[in-house]
Amino acid sequence: MKKKLVIAASLLIMTAFFGIIALNLTFGSPKMTDMDDYFLSHGQEQTGSNNECTAVVFDYRGFDTLGESTVLFCGIIGVALMFRKIQGGE
Amino acid sequence: MRMSRIVRTAADLLYPAILIFGLYIVAHGHLTPGGGFQGGAVIATGGALVIVAYSYKEVSGWLKKNVLTGQEVTGLVGFIGVGLLALAFGQVFFFNYLAGSGSIFGVPVPYGINSGELNTAGIIPLMNFAVGIEVWGGLTVVILYMLSGLEKEGC
Repeated sequence: MKKKLVIAASLLIMTAFFGIIALNLTFGSPKMTDMDDYFLSHGQEQTGSNNECTAVVFDYRGFDTLGESTVLFCGIIGVALMFRKIQGGE
Repeated sequence: MRMSRIVRTAADLLYPAILIFGLYIVAHGHLTPGGGFQGGAVIATGGALVIVAYSYKEVSGWLKKNVLTGQEVTGLVGFIGVGLLALAFGQVFFFNYLAGSGSIFGVPVPYGINSGELNTAGIIPLMNFAVGIEVWGGLTVVILYMLSGLEKEGC
């Protein structure tokens, strides 16, 4: 009973905390930076891509995608190693 | 363990459709929401559907681990190779040397809202295909490896 009360109270406090933060945000008017303007106005002519997200992910931030692919590759190598051990016996 | 005939028939019917939809997401990565990672994940769900519907032994005959691992390596090497090819054109690593050049994937795009041409965006579609092939092979081979571990335990 006491545990449930503690859980309910902490949930309430967390909801109030994040709710107040969320309600104080202004919607529809993000803070403009020079980088956003640059990507939006030059992205199509520089990369030829209509999808601005893909233009950023694969062109402006190509190294980030390279790291992402490498992380996926390393994860799969780990899974393969782990399950190979089970196959061959302890 | 093998699912019923209904599930197997549905998997047979859905697998090509899922494959085509995933390849569409990969190919249209520079025009519509999506891209290599998302399309590859969609294709891998098709593989997972077939693996679940049939038993591991039946599937392992034609969904080979070696082929899928090779596919993954090919995708990663192709991705890096497309980026490295920019050095041959006298540019920096990952420079978009095909955009607006007039050759393959090189049609210039007007600024603002346009209908979208598939033959644009330079090396971005090539990279999308490379990443899509990598994720396709990688996620499917993870499922296969986990299932083969379970199969040995007698499940």
